[in-house]
Amino acid sequence: MKKVRGKSIFITVCVAPAVILFIIFMLIPTFNVFKMSLYKWGGYSNSKQFVGLNNFKILMEDTNFFRSFQNTVLLIVCVTIVTMALSLIFAGILSREKIKGQNFFRIIFYIPNILSVVVISAIFSAIYDPNNGLLNSMVGIFRGSGKEPILWLGDQKLVIYSLVIAMTWQAIGYYMVMYMASMASIPESLYESANLEGAGKIHQFFTITLPLIWTNIRTTLAFFVISSINISFLIVKALTNGGPDGATEVFLSYMYKQAYTNSSYGYGMAIGVVVFLFSFGLSAVINLITKREPLEF
Amino acid sequence: MKAKKVISTLLVTAMAASLLAGCGSSGSDAPAQDSASADSAKPAADNSSADAGAAEEQTLKVAVFEGGYGADMWSEVVAAFEASHPGVTVELTIDKKIEDVISPAMKAGDYPDVVHLATGREAALTETLTKEKALLPLTDVMEMTVPGESVKVKDKIIPGFLDTLATNPYGDGVTYYAPMFYSPCGLFYNAGLFKEKGWEVPTTWEEMWALGDTAAGEGIALFTYPTTGYFDAFTYATLSSAGGSDFFNSCMTYEDGIWESENATKVFELIAKLGEYTEGTTVANANNDNFTKNQQLILDNKAIFCPNGTWLPGEMADAPRADGFEWGFMAIPAVNAGGAGCSFCWFEQMWIPAAAQNQDMAKEFVAYMYSDEAAQIFAKSTAIQPITGVSDSLEGDNKMFYSIYDNGATAVMGGFASTAPVEGVNMLDTLCGTVNSIVSGDKTVAEWQAAVEEASDKLRDAME
Repeated sequence: MKKVRGKSIFITVCVAPAVILFIIFMLIPTFNVFKMSLYKWGGYSNSKQFVGLNNFKILMEDTNFFRSFQNTVLLIVCVTIVTMALSLIFAGILSREKIKGQNFFRIIFYIPNILSVVVISAIFSAIYDPNNGLLNSMVGIFRGSGKEPILWLGDQKLVIYSLVIAMTWQAIGYYMVMYMASMASIPESLYESANLEGAGKIHQFFTITLPLIWTNIRTTLAFFVISSINISFLIVKALTNGGPDGATEVFLSYMYKQAYTNSSYGYGMAIGVVVFLFSFGLSAVINLITKREPLEF
Repeated sequence: MKAKKVISTLLVTAMAASLLAGCGSSGSDAPAQDSASADSAKPAADNSSADAGAAEEQTLKVAVFEGGYGADMWSEVVAAFEASHPGVTVELTIDKKIEDVISPAMKAGDYPDVVHLATGREAALTETLTKEKALLPLTDVMEMTVPGESVKVKDKIIPGFLDTLATNPYGDGVTYYAPMFYSPCGLFYNAGLFKEKGWEVPTTWEEMWALGDTAAGEGIALFTYPTTGYFDAFTYATLSSAGGSDFFNSCMTYEDGIWESENATKVFELIAKLGEYTEGTTVANANNDNFTKNQQLILDNKAIFCPNGTWLPGEMADAPRADGFEWGFMAIPAVNAGGAGCSFCWFEQMWIPAAAQNQDMAKEFVAYMYSDEAAQIFAKSTAIQPITGVSDSLEGDNKMFYSIYDNGATAVMGGFASTAPVEGVNMLDTLCGTVNSIVSGDKTVAEWQAAVEEASDKLRDAME
């Protein structure tokens, strides 16, 4: 009896630091965001005014917010699909095929992930430059010279896809390395027997590789949602600042503008609550619909 | 086994304890510091009204935005202030992103005594404190005698600078911001290009459009802009030119229907027409990362005019330029035929938070900013205060920039009146940000005008 009690005290003491940190740095701030979303407050003075759900009511009629919502969803969907497809293909090639300089490619693909977002946006500013940018120079070969330049960051219908390209470029290496790690643990014998049975490379990829790294893919899907929301803010902030005329406004950049530039801190927190619930909900839905019986080697 | 368990329990306890101690100490430190500064401030406040030169030790916390003029002049001014006020130590915080440096402490209740930070910044700290009514009125500072001189502060300031919404944000005649370095805004161009081509500098919009057509034949666009943020100064000046200063003030105070009036329509249509003459790649570069590419168009003779402030030549000092390049600067031509040109006068502001601890010394510091001693130090770095006679000491390009008002241009000052925050409504974004859509053809003038009027309606309801 005494031993059991001693053990539980021991466990409590061991767990306490982590729990305390979690409460101070995660639970209380999150709770505060929810609380602040019910107030009208500029962020500094003591004059907080409780307004109930009024901030959310305004939010439901705010067309600028819906625009940022649409942009964010578009970014999440496009970036996730393109990045996942490309990084799976690259990971499959690099881990299954014998290519010269495999490690070299692995490093090259991973480099964008180490770069700071400011550097990435500077690189893409140069690539998207209308007059002497890399992209317009290359496209110019096919379009012929003397045409009006394509405004990658100026055309409101195009600019969000310019962000998709930048974000995909930035993310591929990271997910590729994650997929490669789990592909490496698939036993070689499975592929050998598939070869003997006469299955082609592509068939092997879809029937052996993909099912066996499924748990890993599921995990990364949640990462995609969270990182798309976060990285899109950083890239937008550095590259377009939401422009031209709000065409690239995303969740968090709009939240920043409302909370600070527009002195509506409480309203900004209401946007934060919606973002929180949205990303939580989306991750849960994705988790649910991708649920499969885990396969063992 | 048991010993091991005891040791690990001890270690974990120590860790938990140090964690709590870590949190605790910072918590208990802060109030201690607060009460100390409150203590020291109180007697100081009592004293300074009696005799400002008292040798009592006191600390004044000054937070300053480091603009294009550099940080050195501030250290110099602070040193001069300390020399003339024995016993006062100035704690100077200066940064290019000063709002990020001071706002965490401000949220915790620790305010600087004096802040030099203009309105119109992205983080909008000045506006937020104004909307929250957290500023100290400076009316009595204006009545104070400048330290070391026998003139009142308000008598040294150029007439007109204290009657604007940019110093009296609530429009009630009470000064909350002290006007600091000012800069005329207008259109910059390459004077060398005009000489080379034998063109006349246009003085009316008719001449402007004619020049635009001529230049287009040579592959030069008439107009470009760094970012849409610069359209605030442009719009203010043209509004004032279109309808006079009363009309301008009605716009700034969100009078009902004012944005759909005839005069406002003239301005909207003028900007839309200017959009047709705007260099093709301007919109793509009109962001924080690339705006210098738009400014470079002027230096490369690819566009003629660019709206900006007098800091532009400094900003582009190291940029390559066309042969024979020479800075030219003019006011914005009159909107109505026969009227005077106009130029918005932008200035930086200094204010005292209502929660400042050392308010009396803070007021003394603000008054000192208008002394000849301080003004001369600032003027050495070409930071020009609105003090009568200061701009006389300027030379070269700067002399030309500041002489714009002597050459007949009307000075326009002010900005939108402060209201309680309205969620989701940002007037400057609606008014200026939309210019990108007008230039690229994504929105029509009518849509733009309606959106501005709608924002104006919402803000009017929030005015008190």
